[in-house]
Amino acid sequence: MTTVQTPRVDAPVEESALSKIAARMKRVVSSNPSVLPTLAAIVIFIVMVIYGEIAYGRIVQYNTLSNLLINNAHLIILAVAMTFVILTGGIDLSVGSIIALSSVAGVILANAGWDPWLVIGMMIVIGTVFGLTSGILIQYFNVQPFIATLAMMFLARGLAALLSTRPERLDEESPIRWLGEQFKLIDGEKVNDVVVTPGVIIALLVVLVAFFVLHRTRTGRTVYAIGGSESSSALMGLAVPRTKVLVYVISGTLSGVAAVVYTSRLGIAQNITGIGWELDAIAATVIGGTLLTGGYGYVLGSVVGALVLGLMNVLITRDGGIPPEMTTIITGGILLVFVLLQRAVISKRHT
Amino acid sequence: MSTVARSSWLRDLVHKPFFWGLIAILALLFLNVLKDPNYLAVTVNPVNGNLVGNLVDILRASAPILMVAVGMSLVIATGGIDLSVGSVMAVSGAVAMVFMKNAGQSDSIGVALGAIGLALLVSAILGVVNGVLVAYVGLQPFISTLIMMLAGRGIAKVITEGQNTSASNEPFRWIANGFLLGLPVVFLFAILIVAIVGFVVRRSALGLMIEAIGINPKASRMAGIRPSGLLLTVYILSAVLAGVAGIMSVGTVMTVDVSRTGYQIELDAILAVVIGGTSLSGGKFSIGGAVVGALLIATLDKTVVFLGISSSATPAFKAIVIVVLCLLQSERVRSWFVQRRKPPQVQLDQKPVPSKQEVAA
Repeated sequence: MTTVQTPRVDAPVEESALSKIAARMKRVVSSNPSVLPTLAAIVIFIVMVIYGEIAYGRIVQYNTLSNLLINNAHLIILAVAMTFVILTGGIDLSVGSIIALSSVAGVILANAGWDPWLVIGMMIVIGTVFGLTSGILIQYFNVQPFIATLAMMFLARGLAALLSTRPERLDEESPIRWLGEQFKLIDGEKVNDVVVTPGVIIALLVVLVAFFVLHRTRTGRTVYAIGGSESSSALMGLAVPRTKVLVYVISGTLSGVAAVVYTSRLGIAQNITGIGWELDAIAATVIGGTLLTGGYGYVLGSVVGALVLGLMNVLITRDGGIPPEMTTIITGGILLVFVLLQRAVISKRHT
Repeated sequence: MSTVARSSWLRDLVHKPFFWGLIAILALLFLNVLKDPNYLAVTVNPVNGNLVGNLVDILRASAPILMVAVGMSLVIATGGIDLSVGSVMAVSGAVAMVFMKNAGQSDSIGVALGAIGLALLVSAILGVVNGVLVAYVGLQPFISTLIMMLAGRGIAKVITEGQNTSASNEPFRWIANGFLLGLPVVFLFAILIVAIVGFVVRRSALGLMIEAIGINPKASRMAGIRPSGLLLTVYILSAVLAGVAGIMSVGTVMTVDVSRTGYQIELDAILAVVIGGTSLSGGKFSIGGAVVGALLIATLDKTVVFLGISSSATPAFKAIVIVVLCLLQSERVRSWFVQRRKPPQVQLDQKPVPSKQEVAA
């Protein structure tokens, strides 16, 4: 077992023969069992798409899939943020509240006539400050990650409530709304178009940069090493304290970015925005195959996890027979199954 | 362990971990008195002889927090955490309300007891799920109770079909709103339950064994303790206490609001435990400390509203309190103080003092 593992995300798509794929998968899984949850997530996503197409129709088409991306751009960003933190073995519960504070503050400032660039900068910086505070508490004052970020969660939520407890509407003419505007890439028949928003592009950029940082830089390798064993990586001379603070700063900053993307799409901010999103982000990350104990995981897996959650919501809406109250139970159930799967994989690796 | 013999009870009190919690309660009350000199006045209602006043309100509001805080302090002592208490409260409240709504008979004691029994049973089942996942499957407590927190609210919504459900039942209402000997029944109940739990864990080896698991699960198993069964018990107890808290909190208004009942109370419970001087890393607990913590939180809640600040902003104040307390607990900050103070009186060896009398605090 190696502490630092360079993950491989090689889903063999081009192979034509099914058996060949199976054999290849088997080899990948047996050489590195920790890819199993990620593969499972991909399989589940594909199964959900096929099931949805057969049962409800109109799933595998341009507009449904582009809407899936548009509506979940913020969740993808949050899942990426959470991946960094969970890889080090930590947790960040403050992401949802940071979004609430950052969007409420942003909308109020924008409506007060601030320069849009400045507003966007402020929204992101709010996230950074909260992330930095959690990071310092965790690294230098030995507060458990879970407690420190829980405190930040309530601090941000409370501050958002102090700013305003009513829904704040972004001005119709505000340039920030441009980020949520839809652009047709491919003009299909009727409304069946491939559509993107600048928000989606931001999310994809975040994913690409995160992928590069985690898998191709020294910082990324340190993140994995800390999750493997913090004391060993400190003994190896890696920059543990700096990196640990950094992952929370990244997480906070990306929460700020997610706030920008979400607010620009919806145009409304409220102090109760984002309740429970930290759970969605954790679920997306765990479904995507990142171990909660840290050290193993893939940022692309988290993206798949976020899409699985998004697609689940689409299917539940389409079905109509499932009461919306069941959504949280189903999310919880899926999360449980994946955590159990992780346990099975871990115990397999140790035998 | 040579405690100075001439130490007075005052010095003992100052060295109790929850001393600062007591000071904070007094400070908050003082703040309220500054705003309204009559704040502390407790009058007797001439009609029925009940005590009326802000202090009585605080006692009443502290009852549900007391319940979850005691459960949480035992869970934290094992090195775990129970995030699902708020959701369990909602489920328990939902079960009780739906049962009483369907049963009708608004003054039957039997219906009230049935509702309470059923609510506690369902809470216990949720506790069993938590406990089995933690003790036998070996999941992290944080994640298994997080899942229960997610799913619990959903279950509560399914039970009430997403509606806020009301019911009327006088005996049930009495638990939350009644008075006995001039004091709110709900507070007397809470103190009674806390006293029983405190007595059982401190008068038997149970408390020691729970702490042993928190200090080192492997070593405790070598010493002949069965961690799995104890862990399961602790999580069930925490869920049942949360169920009691749910009954108390829906009883005041006789309505369950599935998305608000018990919302964010896990923070209150954790905060109460930390204020009580219990370290979140497990290995010790103080029931008396949890009581002081719960009273402080109830006082803080009432103070924020009394000072005219929006009640949705209270989390911010609680968060600041948590951060300050965690900082005070951290080695780094302690070492600053030790350096300032000349005599290097390192008080690492803070054994959890058996707390019999503190329960009444």
